[in-house]
Amino acid sequence: MARGQMLAITWMNLQSLPARWGAALVAVVGIGGVVMVLTATLAMAQGFKAALDFAGAEDVAVVVRGGSSGELSSNLLGPEATVVADAPGILHDGAGPIASPELYVLVDLPMRVSGTAANVPFRGVGARGFAVRDHFRILAGRLFTPGLYELVIGRGALGQFRGLKLGGVVRFGNQNWRIVGVFEDGGSVTESELWSDLHVLQSTYRRGNSVQSVRVRLASPAAVAQVAAALKADARVNVSVASERAFYAEQSKALVAIVTILGTTISIMMGIGAIFGALNTMYSAVAARTREIATLRAVGFGAAPVVASVLVEAVLLGLAGGLLGGLAAFVAFDGIAASTLNFQTFSQLTFAFMVTPRVFVTGVCYAVLLGLLGGLLPGIQAARLPITAGLRST
Amino acid sequence: MDGPLVEVRGLTKEYRRGDEVVPVLAGLDLSIARGDYVALMGPSGSGKSTLLNLLGGLDQPTAGEIRIDGVSIGELGSNELAAWRARSVGFIFQMYNLLPVLTAEQNVELPLLLTSLSKPERLARARAALALVGLSDRARHRPRELSGGQEQRVGIARAIVTDPLLLLCDEPTGDLDRKAGDAVLDLFDALNREAGKTIVMVTHDPRAAARARRILHLEKGVLAREEG
Ligand SMILES: Nc1ncnc2c1ncn2[C@@H]1O[C@H](COP(=O)(O)OP(=O)(O)OP(=O)(O)O)[C@@H](O)[C@H]1O
Ligand SMILES: [Mg+2]
Repeated sequence: MARGQMLAITWMNLQSLPARWGAALVAVVGIGGVVMVLTATLAMAQGFKAALDFAGAEDVAVVVRGGSSGELSSNLLGPEATVVADAPGILHDGAGPIASPELYVLVDLPMRVSGTAANVPFRGVGARGFAVRDHFRILAGRLFTPGLYELVIGRGALGQFRGLKLGGVVRFGNQNWRIVGVFEDGGSVTESELWSDLHVLQSTYRRGNSVQSVRVRLASPAAVAQVAAALKADARVNVSVASERAFYAEQSKALVAIVTILGTTISIMMGIGAIFGALNTMYSAVAARTREIATLRAVGFGAAPVVASVLVEAVLLGLAGGLLGGLAAFVAFDGIAASTLNFQTFSQLTFAFMVTPRVFVTGVCYAVLLGLLGGLLPGIQAARLPITAGLRST
Repeated sequence: MDGPLVEVRGLTKEYRRGDEVVPVLAGLDLSIARGDYVALMGPSGSGKSTLLNLLGGLDQPTAGEIRIDGVSIGELGSNELAAWRARSVGFIFQMYNLLPVLTAEQNVELPLLLTSLSKPERLARARAALALVGLSDRARHRPRELSGGQEQRVGIARAIVTDPLLLLCDEPTGDLDRKAGDAVLDLFDALNREAGKTIVMVTHDPRAAARARRILHLEKGVLAREEG
């Protein structure tokens, strides 16, 4: 019976909504704005995660010098790289172990949007570089020719930096490099990089035969422990071994944490503002109907259905705001590419905003919560106002 | 059941405004028989509405007891009191207090939502009540599309649709012209004489009061005298 009462009162409240559309719109738009920001932030974090997750194969391991926090601070001499490649647990094919020694340097390029210089990773790879990356694919042009000053650029880098275009020439390390192709790598961080032939890059930057890292394809994801143990026991090398997924997660941990914390903080601050908007709306909704509510209660309706009906209305307004904000974020941000400096690797990370269903639903749930909080006090006030006072109000 | 329908003993009501205590009712006694029709008169501010609200369980007395049909309503909790109101009293207000978003029929149906009646039963009852007040042809109109007199007749239909023990009317004709007011008073006559409803009506209008069986005068917090 209480539910019937609540439905009846709620239905009446909603019918009077058109008469108070101004206040209702303020609440819906206020909550919608907050949800839009929240959704955009979550979409950004989601895009980060995707960029990092995609890069992270479980059956590929990254080997760097022991104690180095990333490729940049690592250094492995040629013989050390050979020892790494010979470790047990690495998959072999007709040409031997599948291991890719890679050189990693940073070069300067102006950002397309701001024009300020950013660090762009420039990677030298040998023939094995493609055997340890499942998603690598040339999108336009062709691969660089070994031995020549040619490079291919990730599609993320293409979008983010000035001076990069297919067929163009860029100057790094006192050499002119021709851009002969654009590649993708499943949306991973690799797409922010420039790639050239390992030996050409080594000689350009006078690195001899040293490299920064060795990527190896594992016999199985579990073999990472085997490789690590074998290399730890080997006195000729001092390296650390991690699956590619773990390696990237570690590399961007701080960045993801900051984006998430910042986004959540902003959303909570704005959410508090939106709660006041919802409060205001529901207070005016209640105030406008003080006499009606008192009449209902005089007739014998209970206090609880009155509170519940106010809450239901607030939640519906929140829901409308949430859908509106989520859709706006989807239209405005989904798929948009952006980049940021990963200060752990000192390189620019490109990623896309991803408004996934989960992100969308999270935003809508937050909106409903805001509505609920905004309706609570006015609902309780409506129920507690003495009936005789309510009946006298105009 | 025999005995009076309404029995009030030592009813006291004070309002508190800050430190100031405003005494309104001061130990009032009252007894109303079943089927009676009582007009309650008195100067403005004498506490007529206060008394009516207390009788209807809309407000709590400072002291004293109200028994209606044997139930001491001061002992009911707020949910019980709401349920008791739904069963036992019909209110008729000076300003009608219809819900503007509902049609006349829906307004009359409203108290029936608190019963276990089915939708068709509720509609049948609401239509019968509207027919009784002569507004069958206005069932689908909203309050704003009705005259004041018609609105008050919808209000009366709403008050009687649950067949309550007691009708409490606070200046029901106060906002109506003479013709519309007379129509409302004719309805009360019929409800009292033909349907046996017990009615308590607050009024300033001696002509309206004259239609009742008893006229009570409230002065200085007690019932000063009685005519009728
Ligand atoms: N909620 C309240 N708080 C404080 N004082 C109140 C309150 N309600 C009523 N009063 C006071 O109680 C007294 C009686 O009020 P009440 O409304 O019962 O008078 P009334 O006889 O119905 O008057 P009228 O004929 O003008 O309607 C008045 O002095 C009024 O100011
Ligand atoms: Mg009064």
